[in-house]
Amino acid sequence: MAKNTKNRDHQAKKSMKINTIHRRRLYFLSLFGLAIVIASFLVMRALDKNINLYYTPTELAKQVISNKARIRVGGIVQQGSVVRTERLEVFFTITDLDHHIQVKYTGILPDLFKEGQGVIAGGYLREDALQADEVLAKHDENYQPPKGSRHAS
Amino acid sequence: MLPEIGLFCLILGFLMAVLQSVLPVLGLRYRQVAWIDSARPLALGQSFFSILAVLILVLSFLENDFSVQYAARHSNAALPLLYKLSAWWGGHEGSLLLWIFILNIWTVSVVLCSKHLPMAFLARVLVILGVISAGFYGFLLVTSNPFLRFLPLYPLDGQDLNPLLQDFGLIVHPPLLYIGYVGFAVPFAFALSALTLSDPAIPWAKWMRPWVLVSFAFLTLGIVLGSWWAYYELGWGGWWFWDPVENASFIPWLLGIALIHLLMTTDKRQSLQALTLLLALLVFIFSLIGAFLVRSGILTSVHAFASDPSRGIFLLKGLLVVVSAGLLVYGLFAKKLNVASIVEPWSRELLILISVLFLMVGAFSIFLGTLFPLIYELFTQQKISVGFPYFNAVFVPLMLPVLVLMPVGPLVKWGRNAFKEILKKMGALGIVSLFLAALLPWFLEKIFLWPVILGLSVGFWILLVTLKTGYQKVRAKGSLFALSKGAVGMLLAHAGIGVLVIGVTVVSYFEIERDVVMGVGQSISLKQEKIVFKALKKIEGPNYIGYQGHFTLSHSQHQTKDLYPEKRIFIMPGTRLTETAIDPGFWQDTYIALGEPLKNNQWTVRLYHKPFVRWIWLGALMVAMGALIAAIGRRHRA
Repeated sequence: MAKNTKNRDHQAKKSMKINTIHRRRLYFLSLFGLAIVIASFLVMRALDKNINLYYTPTELAKQVISNKARIRVGGIVQQGSVVRTERLEVFFTITDLDHHIQVKYTGILPDLFKEGQGVIAGGYLREDALQADEVLAKHDENYQPPKGSRHAS
Repeated sequence: MLPEIGLFCLILGFLMAVLQSVLPVLGLRYRQVAWIDSARPLALGQSFFSILAVLILVLSFLENDFSVQYAARHSNAALPLLYKLSAWWGGHEGSLLLWIFILNIWTVSVVLCSKHLPMAFLARVLVILGVISAGFYGFLLVTSNPFLRFLPLYPLDGQDLNPLLQDFGLIVHPPLLYIGYVGFAVPFAFALSALTLSDPAIPWAKWMRPWVLVSFAFLTLGIVLGSWWAYYELGWGGWWFWDPVENASFIPWLLGIALIHLLMTTDKRQSLQALTLLLALLVFIFSLIGAFLVRSGILTSVHAFASDPSRGIFLLKGLLVVVSAGLLVYGLFAKKLNVASIVEPWSRELLILISVLFLMVGAFSIFLGTLFPLIYELFTQQKISVGFPYFNAVFVPLMLPVLVLMPVGPLVKWGRNAFKEILKKMGALGIVSLFLAALLPWFLEKIFLWPVILGLSVGFWILLVTLKTGYQKVRAKGSLFALSKGAVGMLLAHAGIGVLVIGVTVVSYFEIERDVVMGVGQSISLKQEKIVFKALKKIEGPNYIGYQGHFTLSHSQHQTKDLYPEKRIFIMPGTRLTETAIDPGFWQDTYIALGEPLKNNQWTVRLYHKPFVRWIWLGALMVAMGALIAAIGRRHRA
């Protein structure tokens, strides 16, 4: 009889322990779920604001793009198109050999920026020209100029 | 002749690596002790041949043997000796060889430090390291042989090493980073061995810990050097760009922190074993994914490495094998090691668990942001890029809970609910941090900005609570030297994060970046400093020509400092390179870089004022040192 009670006690304890474990596990899972929810909310909101669409000059010529969207344009800097003013302004043309677009940038260009080389310029469209706030030229492993394909960056 | 021997060494190394990954498995299966024992000599032999191959490659750089294509593309007779010695990892083939070389140094270290490991465990570890090694040998031999020749006609001189890489920071940056990345192969192998052995009595967490700590320390050093190099050598003046390549190193770094803390939980409380093992696998998997993303060229980055589709496919296959094998083993065996355990509310293990979850989610958000352009293009055919504000907007809020909990963790007991007492004791420090964070920027700069107050108060909170913890520990032990190395390492690393947070906050909100046009003789004031463009002269180096500007900085009437920024044009490829000039300081840097020459002897010039920027690297160095100190702690040697 006594043995039986003890056994039952033991079983009760065990089931309590399992219960606690299950409850705790539930807490953790809900905590984890909460973290995921918060994270996805942050991710969605941030992605919504910070995506830059990428175009080639040809794609730009084919479609109308809002001047409120920040875009990136990639291609080759046209030979002889780079003009510097007395101030920090630089004008140049990005081309993909079919179409081209005029870019205006204020600031210092990267060292690898050169006529005939691949670049990406990011900014907003203003009257058919790109008002760029960033210009990237690629640091290549063998540092030959990257080809002016769609994948140039 | 030598390069052919080098190739032969690689082939021998590959064959031995294959044996190393097969023979001990057969031995374990058929109970052949000699086969199991062969793991050690095979691992050592395989490593020997990779080291020999490296020496031969270095020799062909030293001897200007430009019949070797790789040397011709990355070296030059005029290249200074120091750079010749390091140029061999400046390109794709060499950096892969470096990867194998470092993996083998880790393998040799495991063999040498393995006296306490049972053979059944060690053999499994060496098999897994052998498989990884064989995979990389195969990759090297099939797609990227560094010993390929130009025959019969070879160039008389090489194309020179990329000028950006001709710099001390870049000599040591890749090896340090690789030691970190590749080092995570060891915990990966340990985790798979522990899983397949499924013996709960094995203290694998204890065994794994020093390897994780050392790899993590080197990864930290590598990232710090990369950041520092981007700051002064690229002439960008920034310290972090959320570039895909940077993210590829940052994700394993975050997961590494999670793993280090989970290992303690597993060691002390036998709880959360399954999660710990998963993290040990994930850290290495994400190191490999990083290597794949960087090497395959599928992500556009300002760091472009070799982007050869055949290499990408090979890496992708290898990656799939490692990921699926690792996760399959985990799925099959993890249950056996999962000891049902209660994590008490508000015990130390709970704080660690919460922080680990946030670190994992944070790492994943970076991964998502990095890969999102790929996913987006797959579905919409539209190319996009994710701007860096995404990362700040997502990652920073996710890290806040981790940073706030971090200094409290060491004060809370394992397995006991004592959070409230701690909070009572430390609440005052919290208020002090908030107060300091609000008042200091107001007094110094008349600025009252919420993000600054938040960042600074978190930084002060971490520093103050960690200092108090250190003080309590020292008082309890009687002297600073009586503290265990683990405790010293923890205090140093935690304080380092505090320093880093303060540095990041201050430089992000108080820096001044001005691009200006200046002629010789003109002056401009930046903050309290007057900067004068004194002179400009032509210069000539061993393999470049260029211009050197002479600027003076005067903080007051009496103190002036001369800075000499340069613009170099490297003769061989004709690329330009900016050599910045920095007046460094504990509290602030003044940074000058020459832009481009305009008409009338004028130049565009970058003038930056960077307060507290050095705190970022100082903090990260403290983290690395802390990890190294903790790694040599005796307590964790079994």
